[in-house]
Amino acid sequence: MAMLETLAVRDINASGTRKEDSLLPAVTRSLSYRTGGKTILDDVSLRLPPLSLTVVMGPNGAGKSILLRLLHGLLQPSSGEILWGGKGLGPSIRKRQAMVFQRPVLLRRSVADNIRFALRLRGNAAPRDCHEILEASGLSAQARQAARSLSGGEQQRLALARALVLRPEVLFLDEPTANLDPASTAAIESVVLGVRRGGTKVIFVSHDVGQAQRLADDVVFLHRGRLHEHSSADVFFSSPVSDAARSYLGGELLL
Amino acid sequence: MQEFGEIFGLAIGLIVSADKNLLEIVFLSLRVSLSAVLISCLIGMPLGALLGMTRFRGHGALLVLLNALMGLPPVVVGLVVYMLLSNAGPMGWLQLLYTPTAMIIAQTILITPIVAALTRQVIESLHSEYAEQFRSMCVSARTAVATLLWDARVSLLTVALAGFGRAIAEVGAVMIVGGNIIHLTRVMTTAIALETSKGNLDLALALGIVLFLIALGINAVVMSLRSDTTRYGYA
Repeated sequence: MAMLETLAVRDINASGTRKEDSLLPAVTRSLSYRTGGKTILDDVSLRLPPLSLTVVMGPNGAGKSILLRLLHGLLQPSSGEILWGGKGLGPSIRKRQAMVFQRPVLLRRSVADNIRFALRLRGNAAPRDCHEILEASGLSAQARQAARSLSGGEQQRLALARALVLRPEVLFLDEPTANLDPASTAAIESVVLGVRRGGTKVIFVSHDVGQAQRLADDVVFLHRGRLHEHSSADVFFSSPVSDAARSYLGGELLL
Repeated sequence: MQEFGEIFGLAIGLIVSADKNLLEIVFLSLRVSLSAVLISCLIGMPLGALLGMTRFRGHGALLVLLNALMGLPPVVVGLVVYMLLSNAGPMGWLQLLYTPTAMIIAQTILITPIVAALTRQVIESLHSEYAEQFRSMCVSARTAVATLLWDARVSLLTVALAGFGRAIAEVGAVMIVGGNIIHLTRVMTTAIALETSKGNLDLALALGIVLFLIALGINAVVMSLRSDTTRYGYA
């Protein structure tokens, strides 16, 4: 798995246009999302810095995944705004982002064809052989196998490799290890850290405190759709300010 | 009346000896029904894909209509096509009545709703699965359609086979618009009806056996495709 990490870093360094016209920082202003008469996200104002791995934490129903989808433009906010590098979220910005879902959505094709699909979308003339990416992902042996017949960990690794083929400047991960065993989780975390080291902004949703401690540079803590804290990981884990965050870190059940 | 065993033996004999009359009828049936399926797929699959991927005003009403058309009685389709193609009809000048083309038209009308409705189900289900990933990857509408059709190809093949099964087995429409003319428009189902009424049970039964074998073959192919694709994770 160290190979995939290397691939990600090389990919990011190869793009060469990151500094100019940067998407970061990302800013949300009074962001709210309501559906079916229920407020899922309420008045969230954030400034997400570049060059960091932001972990979005909170109990189930806190609005973590909704925030991620809003940031990526998969959902439209009910009110408020999102700015990436000072610009509103549009297709040109979304093309510079990629997302890996909790349950990987793989095409009903072979492993190699899933990678080829992303390669074709990228439309980049720079040759990136499918075989090379599969090697880096540790999935060469399964290249001709149907993607859906892979184990959960392998599927998530393939989804991550496919996202990295797009050379995203921002990578969203929505609880990518929620259903994985410790070994697969460690493998994914290793890649994510490598991607972050390569200069990609990573926004990672998790409700696993241990995982957040291993990965986070900064933590966004949500509870019942409201932003309770956004601070550096050190500050958040050592001296959380909000009662909800303290209770959550203390292992209490937040209802 | 001859005994069943004797008739059965004669029927098998006709099949084994590749009786010329029998083969002519079988090949015409296949030609008509395969042509109808091909045209139905060309019309019904894009229509079904469109209905499965988009929402617009009147979408629900169109689905209700499409589902209702799936149960069209063949004789009604035959009657309508007859009226259209007869000399007094608006398309009488084409002089297509009592030709294989008229039979293809009737079968196409009969099975296009089936192909479209089943395609809609297949594509809608796959699209709901892929939609968020496609949006995330900024996949264009054109690429999305092509990807959905390709990834659903096995299911769509079973849709086409279902349409073929319906076409090859129907009798009412082709009887009315084809006229069951020997060496011209006589297909398996119309021949079975005629030969039975004439008492030529051996030929009727031979055709029935061929029809059954075709139905059996279609179902075997469908089942095999389904189990293979499920087993190997392509469905």
